[in-house]
Amino acid sequence: MQEFNEPFVTAWQLVAGADSRLAGIVLLSLRVSLAATFIACVVGMPIGALLAVGRFPGRRTLIVLFNGLMGLPPVVVGLLIYLLLSRAGPLGQFGLLFSPTAMVIAQAVLVTPIVAALTRQVIADEWSEYREQLRSLGASRSRAAATLLWDGRFSLSTSALAGFGRAIAEVGAVMIVGGNIDGVTRVMTTTIALETSKGDLPLALALGFILIAVVLTINAVAYAMRGWAERHWG
Amino acid sequence: MSAAWLAIDGLGLTEGSTRIIDGVSLQLGAQRTVVLGPNGAGKSTLLRLIHGLLHPTGGSLRWPQTLSQAMVFQRPVMLRTTALANVIYGLKLKGHTATECEQLARQSLARVGLEGLAKRPARLLSGGEQQRVALARAWALEPQLLILDEPTASLDPASSREVERIINDIAASGARILMTTHNLGQARRIAEEIVFIDRGRIVEQTPVELFFTQPQTEAAQRFLKEESP
Repeated sequence: MQEFNEPFVTAWQLVAGADSRLAGIVLLSLRVSLAATFIACVVGMPIGALLAVGRFPGRRTLIVLFNGLMGLPPVVVGLLIYLLLSRAGPLGQFGLLFSPTAMVIAQAVLVTPIVAALTRQVIADEWSEYREQLRSLGASRSRAAATLLWDGRFSLSTSALAGFGRAIAEVGAVMIVGGNIDGVTRVMTTTIALETSKGDLPLALALGFILIAVVLTINAVAYAMRGWAERHWG
Repeated sequence: MSAAWLAIDGLGLTEGSTRIIDGVSLQLGAQRTVVLGPNGAGKSTLLRLIHGLLHPTGGSLRWPQTLSQAMVFQRPVMLRTTALANVIYGLKLKGHTATECEQLARQSLARVGLEGLAKRPARLLSGGEQQRVALARAWALEPQLLILDEPTASLDPASSREVERIINDIAASGARILMTTHNLGQARRIAEEIVFIDRGRIVEQTPVELFFTQPQTEAAQRFLKEESP
């Protein structure tokens, strides 16, 4: 029992003592995943809104495609971005492989379809309610899409948080394109994988606690925000 | 009857094998017209065809002069923002400047008696208040034709009367009114002319007093008997 408890105690000491190595890893994780989520929202939300509101050939195919891409395996995304960014790849000249930027790109690719598909669902529901009124007022489809993105801002923040949750918890893509280099590209998930296989359980556990705390906080924030929005804007 | 502002000729809307609107020909010339008919008669569909929200599968609409239009729906659609911003939204789409928008929107809210609620979140207002915001949004656009689809169907009697008063004010300001309602008293108070439709066809078009005292068709007589308390 003593042996089982020990890693927990050490892990708690690491967290409580704000261990600098631990803090560096956590901050890099947050930086990479926040940047990736931001890019995914900037790209994915307009795509989702246009898929919901627009009328163009191939729309249904795109909807199916984006829904399908929600379940993209991270390792495959990692592999594809790896090939793009590797020396011999088409984007090799920028020397981005094994950098935090590469990790941001990989996670953004992973999360964009999630944000787009969830946004499309939110906006499609709104569109069925608002469609006639907006058309009656003379709103073009692109104008309507913009209006609904703003109107659905609280529901959409949940989509963004879902994307962030996926990014921060993902291990395969960042492992491949980041390379898990100590102090450079080591994030929470890749460190957990590595330290566990090395047998350094306290650090892995400490990161595990923090990761769970981050994910729980995200959900609590999302829940609280929706409640607040419901009370303030209906 | 004054000269027609809309001539409808053989208008039809078919969905699958159902004829929702079935060869409607009609001259609308009254300033205040109420469309009556049983459930599923095609009243709302006819209004949407006239407003341009639906495209007919046959026939045509001829407007002797183009009329600016606005429409108010049974369930008011409010954006998640203030009552004022909801009115401003419609004005902005018509290309008014920001200052004009604000001024016209405030004026319009005052005309429906809601200036005190301008800064309140629109979706948290009562159903009746929301419908008045919708009326303010439509009225602010100064439409030459205001179309209303059962505007009081989901409101309590007090709110209904308030909405009715506003519709009369809008009519008095010069707009043509074309509306549907299930409330026969309301139809009688608002309309100059009744258009009675059933199963997608025009059954009769009669001045309001005549319609309620001596309906010209058996279908209308039956309808009045069934609908009257």
